[in-house]
Amino acid sequence: MRSGTEGQAVSTNPTWTPDQPIVAVHDVHKSFGAIEVLKGVSLDVAKGEVVCIIGPSGSGKSTLLRCVNALVPINKGSIKVEGQEVHDPALDKLALRRKVGMVFQQYNLFPHKTAIENIMMAPLLVLKRPKAEVEAQARRLMSKVRLEGKEDAYPGELSGGQQQRVAIARSLAMNPDIMLFDEVTAALDPETVKEVLVTIRELAEEGMTCMIVTHEMGFAREIGDHIYFTDRGVIVEHGAPDSFFTQASDPRTRAFLSQIL
Amino acid sequence: MTAGSVPAPLLTPRWLATAALLCCAALAAGEAWAQLQTGGTRPGVLATLWKWTPLVLFGPPREFGGFALNIAVSFLAMAIGTLAGLVLGLGLVSNFAPVRRLSWLVTQFFRNSPWLVLLFFVMLLTPFQLRVAGIVIPLPGWLKATVGLSLPIMANVAEIVRGAINSIPTGQWESAESLAFSRLQTLWRIILPQCVKRMIPPWMNWYAILTMATPLISIVGVNDAMTLTQDALAAEQRSELLMPMYTLLLFFFFVYCYPIARWTIHLERRYAVRN
Repeated sequence: MRSGTEGQAVSTNPTWTPDQPIVAVHDVHKSFGAIEVLKGVSLDVAKGEVVCIIGPSGSGKSTLLRCVNALVPINKGSIKVEGQEVHDPALDKLALRRKVGMVFQQYNLFPHKTAIENIMMAPLLVLKRPKAEVEAQARRLMSKVRLEGKEDAYPGELSGGQQQRVAIARSLAMNPDIMLFDEVTAALDPETVKEVLVTIRELAEEGMTCMIVTHEMGFAREIGDHIYFTDRGVIVEHGAPDSFFTQASDPRTRAFLSQIL
Repeated sequence: MTAGSVPAPLLTPRWLATAALLCCAALAAGEAWAQLQTGGTRPGVLATLWKWTPLVLFGPPREFGGFALNIAVSFLAMAIGTLAGLVLGLGLVSNFAPVRRLSWLVTQFFRNSPWLVLLFFVMLLTPFQLRVAGIVIPLPGWLKATVGLSLPIMANVAEIVRGAINSIPTGQWESAESLAFSRLQTLWRIILPQCVKRMIPPWMNWYAILTMATPLISIVGVNDAMTLTQDALAAEQRSELLMPMYTLLLFFFFVYCYPIARWTIHLERRYAVRN
């Protein structure tokens, strides 16, 4: 069990060491009915690395993220998080999800709870940590995402950007080792996109391992250690941001980039 | 009727006036007719109705009955039906297929059965007393009838619960799952609290329907308002009282149920704006 102290990683797999990939995706296939959305995707994420996944809508980016924390089961292949096979039927999914935080496009805050209650719920009910400690951490997280004073606001009273930052804080309250961001700025007004991106950048600078699905190319280029481009269920091309954005070789990548940039 | 544009205030003077006027008209007509028939020798219809009103409302002296019994039965049947319906509704959304299928069968059976037949079923199926560990527990008719009425309520509440749970966006489940909440925690702490608001208007609607169905229990020989109205009519032996007496009974139910209906519409609109 994880103790009350923050940021302490406990691996469920003793053979995994931090120099190995923290997320290892190998030849993953996933179909919804007759539609195959992932057709053999492989990628590795090192601890502390920030990986950005870009690509056209419907290319399987969001599905890939949902497979990493076992929200969606896969049909074939392997996904290991800290050396633990995610799609092993014997896996304790709840243990996995304590290590992997996820932030969604539609924020998905709990509308019947205030901002701070949203943040405190999972640590209290899932991790069973003492209330005083959880509340202190929640207040720290609220100030970290620059929302001091909004603790008692309900989600409906906050702007999209503010809600999304509460969602990030809510995820961080579980002290995850990895954060998944699924198009977290896609539903936001342009003027609030920046405040969310600033929050994510700070996290990345602190060494949080991040997998970010995004349409913000400038952001991906600036923050990403590695860029993956997906199209129709496969990874077409990947590389470090500088070479990726300037010297893309695959015609599909170039076509996509020329439309976006 | 077009719902939407006009606000629905509770107990407007207009509906009170309309209800009172309708009753008075029915009573006056009955009165006039009765006087014509009898040549004014017997007590008037209004006086006779007034005489029987305490009995129909509260039952015989030192006994519990009448319209008050109908209300008590409606409360109890609603409470039983709601609790059982909540459990059955959770069964309908269970991840475990046998539970889900069985819940579905039970729900469909009780939703699609005539209430009167269900009442007979329960009356005839259950013994008049139970013997548990040497103690004899009597099962009075009114209790059996209450249980009989709670069965269709259970099935309909289960449907309300299922519908409300399914109306919560999947994102709520996803985010709860990704925060490592168990399914049970997600249901109790996140999904159901959001369902309550959506469930209240249809739930109140079923309560009004149940209350209006309570005269069915008169078939099992309890002193409810329906039975006592018939007793009063039998005692009077005056055919001109038939219409006024049943009008009075209808009036009691109307006065009780109509505000519930208005309030339901009011809540429906209020919650529709919020979410």
